[in-house]
Amino acid sequence: MQKLLSEAFYLEMKKLEPKYPTRLALLLPALHAAQKETSWLSPVILEEIAKYIGIHPAQVREVASFYTMYNLKPVGKYHLKICTNVACILRGAEHLVKYCEKKWNIQCGETTSDKKFTLMEEECLGACGTAPAMMVNDDYYENLSVEQLEALIERL
Amino acid sequence: MTETLFIQHFGKEEARKISYYVEKMEGYTALKKAISLSQDEIIGEVKKANLRGRGGAGFPAGIKWGFIPKQSSKPKYFVCNADESEPGTFKDRDLMRYTPHLVLEGIIIGGYAIGSNTGYIYIRGEYTREAGLLQAAIDEAYEKGYLGKNILGSPFSFDITVHRGAGAYICGEETGLLNSLEGKRGEPRVKPPFPAQAGAFGGPTIVNNVETIASIPFIIRRGGDWFAKLGKLEKSGGTRLFGVSGHVKKPGLYELGSGSVTIRELIYDYCGGILDDRKLKAVIPGGSSAPVLTADEIDVVLDIEPLMKVGSMLGSAGIIVVNETFCVVKLLARMIKFYAHESCGQCTPCREGCQWMENIIERIEHGGGEERDLNLLLDIADNINGKTLCALGDAAAGPVMSFVKKFRSDFEQHIRGKKCPNA
Repeated sequence: MQKLLSEAFYLEMKKLEPKYPTRLALLLPALHAAQKETSWLSPVILEEIAKYIGIHPAQVREVASFYTMYNLKPVGKYHLKICTNVACILRGAEHLVKYCEKKWNIQCGETTSDKKFTLMEEECLGACGTAPAMMVNDDYYENLSVEQLEALIERL
Repeated sequence: MTETLFIQHFGKEEARKISYYVEKMEGYTALKKAISLSQDEIIGEVKKANLRGRGGAGFPAGIKWGFIPKQSSKPKYFVCNADESEPGTFKDRDLMRYTPHLVLEGIIIGGYAIGSNTGYIYIRGEYTREAGLLQAAIDEAYEKGYLGKNILGSPFSFDITVHRGAGAYICGEETGLLNSLEGKRGEPRVKPPFPAQAGAFGGPTIVNNVETIASIPFIIRRGGDWFAKLGKLEKSGGTRLFGVSGHVKKPGLYELGSGSVTIRELIYDYCGGILDDRKLKAVIPGGSSAPVLTADEIDVVLDIEPLMKVGSMLGSAGIIVVNETFCVVKLLARMIKFYAHESCGQCTPCREGCQWMENIIERIEHGGGEERDLNLLLDIADNINGKTLCALGDAAAGPVMSFVKKFRSDFEQHIRGKKCPNA
């Protein structure tokens, strides 16, 4: 099987190996590192990770599917995760979601047809004091108004 | 005014650096002192400090450390719980991004006190930037000899690894966290054995919250008695980071002595009162899992025992304030949607019950509820409460029972009017 994950991935894993007493503990770091390279975790990638760890691909899928951050289907270039949990909904997060759904004519969980944006409703991001909060890929945006969201999307 | 330990450094990017920590915060002097003390002396000091777990359970940290067996055939582990995901809680993020060395020094001292050479920081996956900042601080600490082999020339060696979660509330539960650290689904374990006997990778393990750990260097440096006196109640030492969110004029973090304020004082004296000067409707005092309080119940002191007496809890000290403009049925529906989503699915009462509660509250909110639904909700909540492996079930049942009991007329209005009166 030809390897799809890069040398850098395997080097990073090599560095992590001595930090854990078991090989299985490398699974979450491996899934993160792989997703950073490929933006989503396709079945072949899961298989390659399984081979690296030395477990069955079903076990990788079993674990990966437990966690919401692992994308088991393709996502857009910009992955918007808008928190709508208690503190954010009190501060108007619903308007942010509605704005995006209307603008792109998609529902939460969907990706725009040009594959540029994926919209997700997110559980608490731990930014309740600066609600409403949103993540775009790895970055937080806080105290967000619809106008600011609009301007941000224009820049992307 | 109580002395604050943390908050004066928040918002300052320079505080992240080891140079700032060493020069402005007496950084790593507690570690120097700790390695000249015996393990029992350190644990004794932490016990004297009345440092209670800041993650939610409030268990005394010193007593927890004392549970670790002195002799163990398996390696011991010291784990920092940085999974901060209780809705309404946002204090650990600032501790990690502005005072990462305080957290590291606390972990190293904790590791020394229980005889461990390995520490992990289990940080929620969304805190990608914070994980990077912690790693940068770890690199600095290795460079200066505060981490690694023979720390400060002593026989003690210690390593810390940052381990990122991947989006699962349940991984804040300590045994769910340990399974996740081991590369498994984050499903909580049957207890006993408790982590102190068999935790990470089967070895004796301590899991402490970030804020708990960040308090440790102060306790070692200035003494357990000094720390205990920062608190105003007998059993609760130190300061607490109260996170206030929702409908207040100035949401954010407030650091005050444990047990030194009532909810009313915090909202009106510190947070500038209710947003838009509207009427207060409800306060959830300890993260969304804490049973709700009405506007008449806020003269209670914000600490563990006083809140327990009024049927709620301090939890992670995340205080969510709700004014009269927001429908409490809609709010509860959103809260329970969260628990239904985050239930790991192991225990039937929680897996099925949370889903049913979500459906029923949604139906009431949208005008399709029936009179019998309220008792049905209470019945389901009662069938979850105390009947699951971990506290997530209780965390979902508590809000349902308290909202229905305290705001019953709001629910009845929805049912009788066949719509949300606010809609």
